[in-house]
Amino acid sequence: MTLAQALSRRKFLIGSVAVLGGVAFGSYSLLRGPKEHPLGSDAPDDAMVFNPWVVIDARTVTLIAPHADFGQGVTTMQTALIAEELDLEPGQFEISFGGPSAAYANTALADLAIPFATSDRSALADGLRAATDASVAFLGVQITGGSTSAPDSFEKLRMAGAMAREALLSAAAQKTGLPRESLRSHAGAVHLPDGTGLPYTTLATLAAGQPPAASIALRPAESWRLLGKPLRNVHDTAIVTGALRYCIDLEAEGLAHATLLLNPRKSGPALSYDAARALSMRGAERIVEIADGLAIVADNTWRAFQAADAIDVDWPPSAHLAEQADHWAALEAALPQTGGGTVWRDDGDAAQSFAEAPQADRIEASYRVPYVAHQPLEPLSVMIKASADRLDIWAAHQLPGILRRRVAWRSGLSMAQIQFHQQIAGGSFGHRFEFTAIDGAVDLAMQMPGRPLKVTLRREVDFAQDHPRPIGMARAQGVVREGRVEACQMVAAGPSLVGSTVSRLGLPYPLSDSQLAIGLFDQPYALSDFRVAAHQVDGLAPVGFWRSIGGSGNTFFLESFLDEMIHAAGADPMAERLRLLTDPLARKVLEAAAEMANWGRKMGPGQGQGVAFSLVYGVPVAEVVEVTETDQGIRIDHVHVACDAGPVLDPVNFTKQVEGGVLWGLGHAINCKITYAQGQAEQANYYDHPGLRLGQSPRIDLRILQNAPVLRGIGEPPVPPAAPALANAIFAATGQRLREMPFADHIDFA
Amino acid sequence: MKLTVNGTEHEVDVEAEMPLLWVLRDELGILGPKYGCGVAQCGACTVHLAGEAVRACQVTAADAEGLAILTIEGLGQGDALHAVQKAWLLHQVSQCGYCQAGQIMQTAAFLEGRKASNAGLPTDPEIDEALSGNLCRCGTYPRIRAAVHTAARAVLAPLSAPAEEPRE
Repeated sequence: MTLAQALSRRKFLIGSVAVLGGVAFGSYSLLRGPKEHPLGSDAPDDAMVFNPWVVIDARTVTLIAPHADFGQGVTTMQTALIAEELDLEPGQFEISFGGPSAAYANTALADLAIPFATSDRSALADGLRAATDASVAFLGVQITGGSTSAPDSFEKLRMAGAMAREALLSAAAQKTGLPRESLRSHAGAVHLPDGTGLPYTTLATLAAGQPPAASIALRPAESWRLLGKPLRNVHDTAIVTGALRYCIDLEAEGLAHATLLLNPRKSGPALSYDAARALSMRGAERIVEIADGLAIVADNTWRAFQAADAIDVDWPPSAHLAEQADHWAALEAALPQTGGGTVWRDDGDAAQSFAEAPQADRIEASYRVPYVAHQPLEPLSVMIKASADRLDIWAAHQLPGILRRRVAWRSGLSMAQIQFHQQIAGGSFGHRFEFTAIDGAVDLAMQMPGRPLKVTLRREVDFAQDHPRPIGMARAQGVVREGRVEACQMVAAGPSLVGSTVSRLGLPYPLSDSQLAIGLFDQPYALSDFRVAAHQVDGLAPVGFWRSIGGSGNTFFLESFLDEMIHAAGADPMAERLRLLTDPLARKVLEAAAEMANWGRKMGPGQGQGVAFSLVYGVPVAEVVEVTETDQGIRIDHVHVACDAGPVLDPVNFTKQVEGGVLWGLGHAINCKITYAQGQAEQANYYDHPGLRLGQSPRIDLRILQNAPVLRGIGEPPVPPAAPALANAIFAATGQRLREMPFADHIDFA
Repeated sequence: MKLTVNGTEHEVDVEAEMPLLWVLRDELGILGPKYGCGVAQCGACTVHLAGEAVRACQVTAADAEGLAILTIEGLGQGDALHAVQKAWLLHQVSQCGYCQAGQIMQTAAFLEGRKASNAGLPTDPEIDEALSGNLCRCGTYPRIRAAVHTAARAVLAPLSAPAEEPRE
């Protein structure tokens, strides 16, 4: 089946609903009415839907970008993919995020859902991948995450543009009687041999009746007009003029402003509360009970905050371990020795190798990473309105399909009565996988039907409700001999990230969570004795997906220990990694980073270079960090990054994602932790979980390799190597080995 | 209470202690200044009060009465963008964009202040200091620094500023 046919067949996913409201033309569907139309109820009656991504009416062309934009530039990327084949120029189309629809299921996600390294192309791995691919599509999981937006969109969206273009060309041929071959599509119009241009908008109705082209060849990269070259982010001008509207900025006639007071221990509704004083305050309108707390409704967000402050609440005790020391003790208890746990890799016999090695050749170390929060700058916010026969909900969310199902269940309405309006978000990093604010907003709206309500979480509440990156710990044993790393065994312990997340969706997760071992077992190091095991520890704080998820802690463990072993062996950290790395794409990124950094050059006093490598999400990344020890502490001077994510669609946005990923990795490694006391996070605002500020932000240089044949996402892969490369650089500069984040607890930073 | 925002006078009926941020956002519908932390930790709400960059979450309505309030909406629009906004576009600084109105307002006040005191072009450490209160979670800092240098040349040394092309 060709991709064109597959996409045509895909119409049955939406088509079964589409025929409720209209007529099907060949493989294209004319959709009328509000239900399941990609543009929702706002679509004009005569809007022609060519496929789930292209809608043309008499006024304009609308491209549907279903992957949600949290700042990763995905709106620009998706529309450029369609426009490339549809022969539209930037600015010649409008953009919609579409509604939740099975048509937008993320089929690239399967690659990440199975316990194989993404570089593993064995028959078994590929077979499982194909099976998972089908089930992900079947379940209609529409997801923005896992660095999958670009891979998921790359062929689908170009084909969507090409299919619409072919139909428009056929329509123009029919309308003019001219041979199809004499017509040319360019800049939003079909051009006749005499130079006349027929705008797409004048051809829409006729085009919808054209039979689908049997097969369409996508244009080769060499002939791309837009892709592969620097694009302009579609939101840029609106951002710098303050015009871009995020969810928190939504307005509606008669809008009330609300905030949520939620159980900071995440253990259910209030035992008791006294809201009398709050209700007497100026502007306070109502206080209602919701699932895990209270909603405060006022005529101004600040007045809602003030009223929330005036409520005395007694919350039940925590359902998870209350004190941070007990979290660490639970991990310690799970790691009595390096044996046991789920074995993820067992090459040779690392245990025997260690047991037989003379003491002088043995290395042992243990490492820790704390919980860290997401805390994107736009706090969680939702606008919502319950009417007699529908519930409209406006929010930015990474799982719109599941959101709709959950809201239907929670409100008691049917799926068809839930209208979800995807919004642009001020960052996410995994935070908007969660339903904290959505659940509370739904409970509130159902008690105030007919009233549009905007719910804004106070930063302190957002911090307390954050489901952080998991805590983790690892013990490692290694053997070095004759200047070489010979053996490594590593055992990690932590909570199940996926288990914790899906339990909040009401789903079981009976599998071993590969996130406990990703970044360890799947790294392409050819050690003859290499063992990786992981222990799942239950009863800790609930955790969530955080930019680069399992890789963020595990890469720190492995790349730090590798560095310790290499130094103990008296070898060079770059040369020894290259000796151990078998994957040719991996070797190339490491060699590129070494060249960029002039690795091994003579450094000044108090200066050092550190290197780390990781291969997560199928993308090999090497980073060399350079630091200087100053009177004020460690200063990060420079980060050299080389990576290979295959073909690059937009080098500017790609570079920005790498810069952001490196800074995300560095900032949290240096400055951030979430700790629990009496079951609640002790950190309440940016003053005690700052991330990175401008003064600590180093120069970053990037070399983009494009040797990999498959296009990959780049949002997450740059994160994992940043922390260990920094720790390794600090060791090179000072001789101090950092084995626990946040580093600022152990050494000063300038 | 009368507030003058972007040259327009508004009559508002609010508590004297209501933070200017929430007067702007929820009473006047001026939504460029953002709520990020409420405690002067992120700078997303930065506006100019009588020409000085301030955190609108910390300035009360009473503090702002009688002073000129400038928000990102009043800094530059359409074809008349401020040099700082132009530099932000040139370097394609933004990712999610939520902090950028604050970053731009802080930078504009910083450069106007240097111009008034004939301070010359800023160094990296001076830029880092000036923008230390503006948090970006996406990690746009390398581009912010580059854009501030570009804007500084336009504001402080317009005659010697060569036409610039973006890095890419």
